Amino acid sequence: MYAQMVKTSSTGVKSPEEMTDQERAFQARIDAGEKIEPKDWMPDDYRATLIRQIGQHAHSEVVGQLPEGNWITRAPTLERKAILLAKVQDEAGHGLYLYSAAETLGESRDELIRLLHDGKMKYSSIFNYPTLTWADIGAVGWLVDGAAIVNQVALQRTSYGPYSRAMVRICKEESFHARQGYAIMMKMAFGTPAQKAMAQDALNRMWYPCLMMFGPSDKDSVHSEQSMAWKIKIGTNDELRQKYVDQTIPQIEYLGLECPDKDLKWNEKRGHYDFSEPDWSEFFAVIKGNGPCNKERLAARQTAWDDGAWVRDGLLAHGRKKAARQMAAE
Amino acid sequence: MSNEWPLWEVFIRGQHGMSHRHVGSLHAPDADMAIKNARDVYTRRNEGVSIWVVEAVRIAASDPTDKAALYEPSASKVYRHPTFFDIPDEVGSM
Repeated sequence: MYAQMVKTSSTGVKSPEEMTDQERAFQARIDAGEKIEPKDWMPDDYRATLIRQIGQHAHSEVVGQLPEGNWITRAPTLERKAILLAKVQDEAGHGLYLYSAAETLGESRDELIRLLHDGKMKYSSIFNYPTLTWADIGAVGWLVDGAAIVNQVALQRTSYGPYSRAMVRICKEESFHARQGYAIMMKMAFGTPAQKAMAQDALNRMWYPCLMMFGPSDKDSVHSEQSMAWKIKIGTNDELRQKYVDQTIPQIEYLGLECPDKDLKWNEKRGHYDFSEPDWSEFFAVIKGNGPCNKERLAARQTAWDDGAWVRDGLLAHGRKKAARQMAAE
Repeated sequence: MSNEWPLWEVFIRGQHGMSHRHVGSLHAPDADMAIKNARDVYTRRNEGVSIWVVEAVRIAASDPTDKAALYEPSASKVYRHPTFFDIPDEVGSM
């Protein structure tokens, strides 16, 4: 997902007997569906895990602007350009909501950004894939944001108040993203044979990387249990992935495109689609920094940060001078 | 001195006649920029007609551990609610 393989700071889920009184009271609040707020007591591991997860989520929103920003100047019409611009601007906002949520836990935004640039924090694997054609922009909105929605709708119920509220706000804006993407795909899929081929090609390349967004299979994800108990993670990787496949296949069929998974079929007994797992060795390679665009993405972020330094410093100096003048006048 | 822009809390009046409501926070070098940024971040879909910003460090907040001392006294004062009093139907609405 936008936060994949977040390491939980914990030695495993404690039984009520192993917990301190404070920990027991905390877990009882979570079990009762209460939200935890910034000034409430919380276990250090809960705080540390949340900072990692929300931070990674925020980084994904910001880095996620790059593959789409790539097409703003080349959008096929002025209307598409305005829509894409608005969508990419939303992503910057989503990053901001999430950094703000992380900051309520006592970590500064600048520090989180530094950790990203130093390679000590990650962002979603999906943004290390290139956007080669205009159809990719359709596929990103439809499939990538579609996958994000599955996860984020669930996360609206997360136990940490500021994170939950950020998710509510993000989900409202996210359905615009998915729909504008699908609108691009419809135009392409119902267009000329060459356009339809581009749409199919985009789907072929995006399908498995999108399935990877949910993270490794439950049997291989070691960190889930504690995060589920804390309601930091809602739904397991496999549950969310299944939900995503089930909702996406009819959308593919409507477009008259083919899912690249040749073994995909409806399982009457389960009431779900059976589908092939992505190549997890590719996923781990991308996570480790060896995807098609890892270096380019991080370099673009670092350059933007460095090139913006004089603006940040200048505005801050101006703000301080103004404040000092005002104070002197009072 | 840290070179990080200060944090501001943002309050938006959604419609005329409503009070301002906390919607989130952002970093900005001064109040003017905070309002400009708040407009870009929090009112892109006609969410507001007025913006307040206040520097986050200026906000004083109650302590969650004082919850009982602060709020429990009102729990026993049910007579503060109009439904505490039974008014006969014959009297009409009151």
